[in-house]
Amino acid sequence: MKQLFTISGYLAIKEILHNKGRFLLVSMVIGLITLLVLFIAALGEGLGNGNREYISKLDAQLIAYQAKSDNLIGASRLSKNRLADIRRVEGVADAGMLGTSNATLILADGEAPLKVALLGVEPGHTGEPPVVEGQQLRSNLAKEVIIDKSTALRSGLQVGDAIVLRTTQGTDDKFHDLKVVGIADGQQYSLQPSVFAPFNTWDQIRPKSAAELNVPNPIPNVILIKLVDPALTELAQQRIAAEVNNVDTATIQQAIQALPGYSAQQSTLNTQGGFTLFIGILVIGGFFQIQILQKVSQIGVLKAIGTANPVVAWAAIFQIIIITIVGVVIGGLFTFLFSLTFPPTVPIVFNGTTSAVALAALLIIGPLGGLVSIRYAVRIEPLKALGLSS
Amino acid sequence: MNETPASNYALETRSVIKSYETDYGIIQAVDDVSLHVTAGEFVALVGPSGSGKTTMLSILAALLQPSSGRILLDGMDLSSMGDKERVKMRREKIGFTFQANNLVPYLTAVENVELMLRLNNKLDKTGKLRARELLARLGLGERLHNYPGQMSGGQQQRVAIARALIHNPSLVLADEPTASLDTERAFQVVETFAGLIHEQNRAGIMVTHDLRMCEFVDRVLLMQDGKLVNIYSTHDEIMDLARGGKH
Repeated sequence: MKQLFTISGYLAIKEILHNKGRFLLVSMVIGLITLLVLFIAALGEGLGNGNREYISKLDAQLIAYQAKSDNLIGASRLSKNRLADIRRVEGVADAGMLGTSNATLILADGEAPLKVALLGVEPGHTGEPPVVEGQQLRSNLAKEVIIDKSTALRSGLQVGDAIVLRTTQGTDDKFHDLKVVGIADGQQYSLQPSVFAPFNTWDQIRPKSAAELNVPNPIPNVILIKLVDPALTELAQQRIAAEVNNVDTATIQQAIQALPGYSAQQSTLNTQGGFTLFIGILVIGGFFQIQILQKVSQIGVLKAIGTANPVVAWAAIFQIIIITIVGVVIGGLFTFLFSLTFPPTVPIVFNGTTSAVALAALLIIGPLGGLVSIRYAVRIEPLKALGLSS
Repeated sequence: MNETPASNYALETRSVIKSYETDYGIIQAVDDVSLHVTAGEFVALVGPSGSGKTTMLSILAALLQPSSGRILLDGMDLSSMGDKERVKMRREKIGFTFQANNLVPYLTAVENVELMLRLNNKLDKTGKLRARELLARLGLGERLHNYPGQMSGGQQQRVAIARALIHNPSLVLADEPTASLDTERAFQVVETFAGLIHEQNRAGIMVTHDLRMCEFVDRVLLMQDGKLVNIYSTHDEIMDLARGGKH
């Protein structure tokens, strides 16, 4: 076995070194495919992350929606009574209201206003993001907010800064003065940077429909539920269904999949990534097939002088592996350099796991693409290749 | 299983037949050919186009299985071997030079010669030295590190001869080794080839259409229509043939 790998490795490397230009060209093509695949993966991750970041980081296991709202946060309305009912269910450690809305952050010095997700959370309860700088919200009526890292990056705001939020009620613009008391890590919601206000403050400043204007108690969209034992989600769901009227519950994962456009967006990007990999297979397969066709007589000579088929096959496999690795490394470096040039507003996130999966897929497509050519090389008849069969 | 009587020759064929089925019926490319070559003997296989000499050479090189008959190389029967065993025989017992495109283009002259030792897992210091010495003897001492593309046709043929001999094979085969060479180079190549066959005590067979090259061989085997029709074994007969005799 060692002899097989030594001789095939020797032939593979010698040929690559002798034809550096040709092999480098293919590596560059694989590099470009790598760049494309990594960017599509990063875009998928970035867009997905922008959609689900806040939900996926919640310290909660279940989300309660208004019944028959199809797990759509924006379509769900719950009364405050439901919160009390859910908190009473056995196995529920905590529950917090979440209200979602949109607002515009007015920035100083003529900078373009920043559209943000305005989220109402209960201070001290599930749903309030932990700050990495500053302090948590103090009370439900405090005129203060926590901004997420994404908002801080785009606006330049710091802890202690005063901000003005603009909301539109009917046809009137309303301006609200608030103070930044804390900055949380990335908590984007619905592809927007987030601003977290205490629940009652949120209810006062958010745009309301005509029907909501006269409702005395603030109405959350959903209730975020933290369980005593996170492993018992199913049991908790059954209990909530039995004890609380007019609510549906979903796990965090189900809630993410139900986010508007999330599944369609991810499947589109995954399909794009898959097709790019498929094109990669065709490109690598095509190159090696042409290369094998060009050296039929050379392989014929090797076989005629006693080179065994496994040596011929492994030499081809080694070449494919080497140029694929070189291509992927080149592509990885290009991707890294490009990624440095993107502003934070571009939704591209190089997640370790996603990138690793994309890189592993790229490393697999090389040998996969070369399979046909390897089979062809093994089947070359030395007699025919040398023109001795006539 | 048929018992094969032992052979005293380096190479011996017994009633070898190779037939093909075509649209026009069965063609006997090689028809009942029995021949033998002793160690240290250099034999030319000649004949007109279509006489079956290339088919015979392919059978002797373990590249083609005969329809029937025996091919004994060092007493081992090639005709009864499977694919893997025949590849092993080609690697260990047979040296081969072809008409053209003999060499691996991405290996230098010395690497091409060493390749046979690598394939046989016998590339050591002594082997490397022998490869260099052999090439130097063939007048390629200055071309050791040249790639085939940097050498003339004659130089490439000489590298191929060195490769065919380096691993001490029992049988050395050459298929039209002078086909792409001018007359002067052709004579040089065959003379060197013959000299090494004799000196290293190998059994050598050269297929050629150029009867002038027979000047350097010990016997000439004439094939026609797949049959071995004549054998020239005296010096005078061979020289007559080489000086312009006809098949």
